[in-house]
Amino acid sequence: MVSVVYEAPDSVQGAVALLAGAKIPARPLAGGTDLIIQLQAQKNEPCLVVDLKKISELMESTLDEEGLHLGPGMACAEFFSRDDIRSVYPGLVEAAQLIGSTQVQGRASVGGNLCNASPAADSIPALIANSASCVIVGPSGERRIAIEDFVTGVGENCLGKGELVRVIEVPRPADGTSDAYLRFIPRTEMDIAVAGVGASITLDDDGTCAAARISLGAVAPTAILVPAAAQALIGTKVDDEALLVLADAASAAAKPISDRRGTAEYRRHVVGVLAKRAASTAAERARGN
Amino acid sequence: MTKTHVTTTVNGEDTEFLCEPNETLLSVLRNELQLTGTKEGCSSGDCGACSVTMNGRLVCSCLVLGVEAEGAEIGTVEGVSNKENLHIIQEKFLEHAALQCGICTPGLIVSTKALLEENPDPTEEEVRYYLAGNLCRCTGYDKIIRAVMDSAEVMRGGA
Repeated sequence: MVSVVYEAPDSVQGAVALLAGAKIPARPLAGGTDLIIQLQAQKNEPCLVVDLKKISELMESTLDEEGLHLGPGMACAEFFSRDDIRSVYPGLVEAAQLIGSTQVQGRASVGGNLCNASPAADSIPALIANSASCVIVGPSGERRIAIEDFVTGVGENCLGKGELVRVIEVPRPADGTSDAYLRFIPRTEMDIAVAGVGASITLDDDGTCAAARISLGAVAPTAILVPAAAQALIGTKVDDEALLVLADAASAAAKPISDRRGTAEYRRHVVGVLAKRAASTAAERARGN
Repeated sequence: MTKTHVTTTVNGEDTEFLCEPNETLLSVLRNELQLTGTKEGCSSGDCGACSVTMNGRLVCSCLVLGVEAEGAEIGTVEGVSNKENLHIIQEKFLEHAALQCGICTPGLIVSTKALLEENPDPTEEEVRYYLAGNLCRCTGYDKIIRAVMDSAEVMRGGA
């Protein structure tokens, strides 16, 4: 492993100062389940590792009338044990619960999953479906960015030198709204998505779809929001016919690669099927709300 | 590189060690503290052979830096028995012959203990999902699952 300079500041300002002032490459450390593996693969240049876990505001999540204020460093195991959060965002919690093994969930965080920016990250489509944004703090202050704009490429995000994610904000869903996240993997557990779909659906009093957001994972360099898939549902009762149009729109928006987990053609098909099922589950949940 | 002084608790005992900032907790346990029950498998968080608890949560010690143990409570396989007698989980692994080469066993014992503390009455499916991050290279999963289910029953006082 590369040699490491380790710091564990107790404030956001302290972390920003360390990251901004670093003379060597600097990385924030949350759960470490991606970072430590990446550091093991590096040999030459030393790295400043700024552990964020002593900063209590980054490790806590609160739910209020505005919505969820998700501390980016909170371990997934702690996040998905929060029944209050699950009752409002069942799909987002399902996505967090799918990240890695029990051991990985004990450390990995939603913020880390976001910043690591894997095309197959499970939490990202679920966050996008829920219209989430994140507040980035850095040497020149704070800025807010929608999750769908945060990830800029495979393993790349929009954070500049000295910046880190302070909080992920997920607005409280409108009445009659629910969400779902589904992924397809070859095993039943502990694998990386071949395709994933996050869906959030709002139904009005007579069960007509008033609003929807559909996001796809693992079928493009970044997770993508697909307005055409949402449009297929709006104004319908989310019936079989509308779901078929949605599936076609999802497949058409996908720009997958072929790798050992599946061919591009297969991924395009599977993402349509998953979109249909995720939307159907979200609608069923919304009918119960 | 200057070594860092770390004060922590391992299996309930106050413990101090010196480590390089890039040294994993797995390496510290095995090489500094001579707690070699925790095994090194993949070193990438996939196999679970190095499972320990950190502040009550199950983690892979290969994905934790030793310096992160400062102020934490670490639990390893050496802390599972009470020194005099094996823990019920350990007895049941022996009784069911739930090990062949043994490399995965310490991790599975630690994970099983964490599972049964969280969920004393798991279904077989819940056990299989919880332990999915503990790979057995001998593929002796069926006996492992039987040992875990039997441990759970005995620990609930059902037999």
